[in-house]
Amino acid sequence: MSFDSSQRSNSDTVISLEQVWKTYRMGDQDVHALAGVDLEIKRGSFWAISGSSGSGKSTMLNLLGCLDRPTSGVYRLEGQDIATTSDDELSDLRLSYLGFIFQNFNLIQQLTVQENIELPLFYQGVDASEAAKKSRSLAERVGLADRMGHRPTELSGGQQQRVAIARALMNDPSVLLADEPTGNLDTATGDSIMEILTELHDQGKTIIMVTHEPEIAAHAQHELVMRDGKVASITQNNATAGVPA
Amino acid sequence: MIGERLYRDVRLGVKTLLLHKMRSILTMMGMVFGVGAVIAMLAVGEGASKKALDEIRRLGSQNIIINSQQAVENSGQNSQRIRMNIYGLLYADLERIQSSYDTVVRAVPAKLIRSEGRVAGRSQELRLVGTTPEWFDLVQREILAGRQLLDRDVEQNANVVVLTEHGARKLLAGRTAIDTEVLINQGYYKVIGVIKSESTQSGSMQTPDQNIDAYIPLNVAIERFGDITTIRGNGSRSRELVELHQLIVEVDKREHVESTAASIERMLSVFHPKGDFRMSVPLALLRQAESTQRTFNIVLGSIAGISLLIGGIGIMNIMLASVTERTREIGIRRAIGAQRKQIIGQFLIETVVLSMTGGLIGIGIGLLIPWIITIVADMPTVVTPWSVMLSVVISVGIGIIFGMYPAMRAANLDPIEALRHE
Repeated sequence: MSFDSSQRSNSDTVISLEQVWKTYRMGDQDVHALAGVDLEIKRGSFWAISGSSGSGKSTMLNLLGCLDRPTSGVYRLEGQDIATTSDDELSDLRLSYLGFIFQNFNLIQQLTVQENIELPLFYQGVDASEAAKKSRSLAERVGLADRMGHRPTELSGGQQQRVAIARALMNDPSVLLADEPTGNLDTATGDSIMEILTELHDQGKTIIMVTHEPEIAAHAQHELVMRDGKVASITQNNATAGVPA
Repeated sequence: MIGERLYRDVRLGVKTLLLHKMRSILTMMGMVFGVGAVIAMLAVGEGASKKALDEIRRLGSQNIIINSQQAVENSGQNSQRIRMNIYGLLYADLERIQSSYDTVVRAVPAKLIRSEGRVAGRSQELRLVGTTPEWFDLVQREILAGRQLLDRDVEQNANVVVLTEHGARKLLAGRTAIDTEVLINQGYYKVIGVIKSESTQSGSMQTPDQNIDAYIPLNVAIERFGDITTIRGNGSRSRELVELHQLIVEVDKREHVESTAASIERMLSVFHPKGDFRMSVPLALLRQAESTQRTFNIVLGSIAGISLLIGGIGIMNIMLASVTERTREIGIRRAIGAQRKQIIGQFLIETVVLSMTGGLIGIGIGLLIPWIITIVADMPTVVTPWSVMLSVVISVGIGIIFGMYPAMRAANLDPIEALRHE
């Protein structure tokens, strides 16, 4: 593994974007999904990205998640420019620095809860007993310690999302990327998921969340609104740990 | 560490395949029957040729066998009421072969005489073989009782005979064989030994000549019977003068067999312009039989290979469908940080597990079929270890070859697209 935690920079900045463009060719027309985005994300901050459909927020998330490269501009993750990295190196970046939480949970159906949670360590080649220890402690943290042997289909949506959160935390990521994490959940369950995310933020995790619901976005410190591939506005929320007990 | 990873990967593969048991079983069928066919066909082919090869091999791969044969006759001689056929190998030929070739270890003569043996009222047709003690070194037979011919029998011109097991049983009917006197052509011969009959283990056909052989010293045969044989036909009598019926020549090395045989043939042709001898070289026969066997194997192998190919294509087909079905899973794994080669590995392992399991079951069937054939059809079959090993290698190979394309398809999916897949 070419990226391990010892390589993490001590800088306050986890992510920086400078004049990032992402252009798709549609027929004979160029479509700019991102049109010159500048952004700096500090360690330990909690961001919400919103915007209407087609505003570029999905492209933004894919880019931040190292699933895609910018057409031009510089994206630095933990100080490393990803413009010239190979596909394998992008995989390593995701494996070392990123944790994904999806709207539809994206658990692998044929694996048990434990195996789903341990997946990142499986690819890191971590010893099975060590992985089991870690997955157990994370499952306890999201309140699913008694469901380790179950299949995802035997769990409720909220439980599945908590498994996904545990999986995303498994590699001690620099950044948690959440794509509409409450989108498929009812309000009460969604709130419980947001509670966990807020807790994680309080413990110092950097979180970037894409959402179109204002009340969900309100949990974040910074609200970034995108429009036509550009950053339209950035609002600071004062109530950072704003979940009433 | 690597072992543990592989174990985890294989376990995951097996688990995934077990999710669709029926599909996996049906997919394996091609391999099962393909591999089964390879092993069974080769076993039957091998069994059929083994017998022939064994018989040739028993003649000795370092030996050259020269037989006397009647030359093509002139029509003029046919009208004679009593005629004398003079043909075949001469005592002088034996001398010549023994003295003029460095590569010849020994040359053993045999004089064959049809006769009859009598013991206390029982009589039995015998084929007397007048030969030297060296015959027993060349054609190795187990001695069941007594001893073989020895040099002193030759020196003493002794009236002794070695019988075969079969001949002894027919002639002596349970009497103690050794030291019994057998009356052959107005002379008494003392039985000094009994050797095992030459019959094939499968017991398919008994060649009577070989079973009623009776071995006596060559000089005794010459003295007692001479070289002339009278054959009584329909109202006519013909006479033959043959000095030696057979010569077995042993050559020092396998590599020298063919050149020595050619050279002896050239030499004999000078003294036998009528061509009244025939040479056979077991090594050449063996080579020929082996090459026939090879051709046979190639034909069978191709047929079996085609069925394996079809099995492989079946596996590839299912794996391609599986990749499409599991696009989302691939996307998830890629997002988490799996590299392309790890996705390739995952799908390859699944294919190899499929094809190898099919292959192993196929080996079971391939072992069972020859066994049944041997019992039901009484055909000899030989399952060679290499055909089993080949099958394992082939089934793993097919898994890798036909798994590669679906695995590459899976690995080359764009993670973003794959995650969006419903």
